[in-house]
Amino acid sequence: MGEALSLNRRHDVARALRAFLPQRAVLFEEEDTRPYECDGLTAYRQLPMVVALPETEEQVQRILKVCSSMQVPVVPRGAGTGLSGGALPPGDGVLLSMAKFMRVMRIDPRARVAVVQPGVRNAVISEVAAPHGLYYAPDPSSQIACTIGGNVAENSGGVHCLKYGLTVHNVLRVRGFTIDGEPLEVGSEALDAPGLDLLALAIGSEGMLFVVTEVTVKLLPKPQCARVIMASFDEVEKAGNAVAAIIAAGIIPAGLEMMDRPATRAVEQFVAAGYDLEAAAILLCESDGTESEVEHEIARMEAVLHAAGAVRCTVSRNEAERLRFWSGRKAAFPAVGRISPDYYCMDGTIPRKRLGEVLNFIAEMEKKYGLRCPNVFHAGDGNLHPLILFDANNAEELHRTEEFAAEVLEKCVAVGGTITGEHGVGVEKINQMCTQFGTAELELFHAVKQAFDRQALLNPGKAVPTLARCAEYGRMHVHGGKLPHPELPRF
Amino acid sequence: MTIQALSDRIRDAADRKVALQLRGGGSKDFYGNPARGEVVDTRSYSGITDYEPSELVVTARCGTPLAEIEQALADRSQCLPFEPPHFGTATFGGCIAAGLSGPRRASAGALRDFVLGVKLVDGRGRVMQFGGQVMKNVAGYDVSRLVAGSLGTLGLIAEASLKVLPRPQVECTLRLEMDEARALDSMNHWAAEPLPVSATLWHAGMLDVRLSGSEPGVRGAAKRIGGAEVKGEWDAVREHTHPFFAGDAPVWRLALPSMTPPLGVPQLIEWNGALRWTRGGEGLRDVAKRAGGHATLFRGADKSSGVFAPLDPVLMRLHRELKSAFDPAGILNPGRLYPEL
Repeated sequence: MGEALSLNRRHDVARALRAFLPQRAVLFEEEDTRPYECDGLTAYRQLPMVVALPETEEQVQRILKVCSSMQVPVVPRGAGTGLSGGALPPGDGVLLSMAKFMRVMRIDPRARVAVVQPGVRNAVISEVAAPHGLYYAPDPSSQIACTIGGNVAENSGGVHCLKYGLTVHNVLRVRGFTIDGEPLEVGSEALDAPGLDLLALAIGSEGMLFVVTEVTVKLLPKPQCARVIMASFDEVEKAGNAVAAIIAAGIIPAGLEMMDRPATRAVEQFVAAGYDLEAAAILLCESDGTESEVEHEIARMEAVLHAAGAVRCTVSRNEAERLRFWSGRKAAFPAVGRISPDYYCMDGTIPRKRLGEVLNFIAEMEKKYGLRCPNVFHAGDGNLHPLILFDANNAEELHRTEEFAAEVLEKCVAVGGTITGEHGVGVEKINQMCTQFGTAELELFHAVKQAFDRQALLNPGKAVPTLARCAEYGRMHVHGGKLPHPELPRF
Repeated sequence: MTIQALSDRIRDAADRKVALQLRGGGSKDFYGNPARGEVVDTRSYSGITDYEPSELVVTARCGTPLAEIEQALADRSQCLPFEPPHFGTATFGGCIAAGLSGPRRASAGALRDFVLGVKLVDGRGRVMQFGGQVMKNVAGYDVSRLVAGSLGTLGLIAEASLKVLPRPQVECTLRLEMDEARALDSMNHWAAEPLPVSATLWHAGMLDVRLSGSEPGVRGAAKRIGGAEVKGEWDAVREHTHPFFAGDAPVWRLALPSMTPPLGVPQLIEWNGALRWTRGGEGLRDVAKRAGGHATLFRGADKSSGVFAPLDPVLMRLHRELKSAFDPAGILNPGRLYPEL
């Protein structure tokens, strides 16, 4: 599109939206739209043509109707903390910010549900539920900033999801609008709803299917107490085996996290969590419940950890110490951000038994690409967050980083895992989708998308690659002499 | 049988535009709208293909008897936490396609919550893999959970991976005498406390509460709740062999917000009040809908008024479009979920 044409288009779309939205809710000057140019994946940036900031469901519906009739792409956005570029704006469309949907509509302590607007921050739900002895379980590390709407889009996890589940296990109902402005509600405050499980389909759909305007979440009773063990290991592989040993002993810890020495050292400088810096890796293993349950379980856990070769186990003595142990894990990303100009966070998930193999592979890749890579893992879930350290101002280093990440993600798929456990595909991992899925699956994903969004206007180009893109990617990355998607024409 | 044979069978039927009835053990033939079409018997595509207790995942082919899987898990002190009903000689695939969960659902989660991945043969006979064997996976749409409970209308679930959990170390059931209103109140009250309540059942003035967990946790909760320790009828309730389900009167399943007040009809209540079984009554669909839930004609000879609660037009359109995405020829279990699909 020529520049004059695109300026006309911007003018037309903004005018159509300002017909029913206040002037301040429709932004298109560069100084106003600049803050929306990226989400947590800052390597990808794009100025949106227009930013819309609705405050009511009716406004959302009208925005969508206007965009649908004018064939304007729409990208919904929560707090913009996503790590895969899922909220990267459309240069030719409307960035739909749900930031003003900040109300907690209803808390029902007896029914143990909260009804909230999508712009409500994750941590706020637990704060407002706390006086009732309840909380919202999924706790992504970004929980003080990220919104429940974004959590629904990404099916966010957290450090306690081994025991308490992901967003999909803790959301009962969502309401919203299709791109054509049709209202829909999936799930129910009952424990199931008639027909196909569209709630499961919606959660983790990365804003591709419909726009969420209200979310009902399940609240859980807050455990009476929790204690965490910090276990030190002199080899990373032993720590990995200890994770399997705990599960094999029939224990499901409330949290089970691993950090390697480069990660603990980065973190310790930043928050002084009290980590054992001599250990090759540490495990954080939490038990929650009543006092007597926790005492009983901590003893069982300690026995397993020692038998698995832990050289030291420190049990938190009080709540302050427990929170301090966790503060380091939760601050891992910003801590790593201080020791390197940039870092690239991976999100592959693998069967736990392949942990040692994948860790060795990552160590080899560090040598191959000449880049450092501290590791933090949701060990209990097999979800890895290796953080490649690089400098984005060095184009060649960025390129090496991307190659490094691609190899690790492909390794995750090769050992029976997935390219993304909780951060989503977005724009970041779209090429690796071609590795994980075949043509038939990708075609089906596009057909699912089309059932909701015939014109492909919602978050276009994200999450599911076109077959042409996969063919192109396959041409660049031929593995073991085998061409992925061999049935496709090449260009 | 091979997966290729299943795929060929479906592809051939799609070419001929012949309806297929996907069927395992036939234990849930009674459930859903009437089935029609040529029977595809999945029982010979059978076997546990992968089970490693430390991974908390079991993978099996659709025709594997559910009892065989539960036995394999029990041998390693693990279980399917959603306690699926069998209703006879159920298969693994049928269990997932029916999507039904048992007594522990309110505390542990539903069947779909434990689905990690499926190998699916769609209505064109294409073999596809969604999800996998890992706990967390957000690559692509969550098709694995979508097909759970789809009654075979989207594809044949050839193989599936489910998350499993350790069996509770200790279990006990307590019985308390109380009326319906107080029972609803008590169940929800306890559910809001950190107690290891794993199942509840109210019927005819008696409330049964099952506790599952570690020895100290169960002991402490038993003191808190009170009542007399009894054996419990959880298997009979799950399998509908409890006397409440005897006879030919229709069985209605009402899924409701758990705090919905008493409905004023004889009932058997589970899931802290979120699941209420009745043997008939006037306008149950409207009653359930007004309360924010839905009613299913779970068993009944006369299905002319529909089995599942009707969907609003937007949801029905999405259902139709999804059906045609998975099964464009409309040959897989047509009409079983809704006559329109």
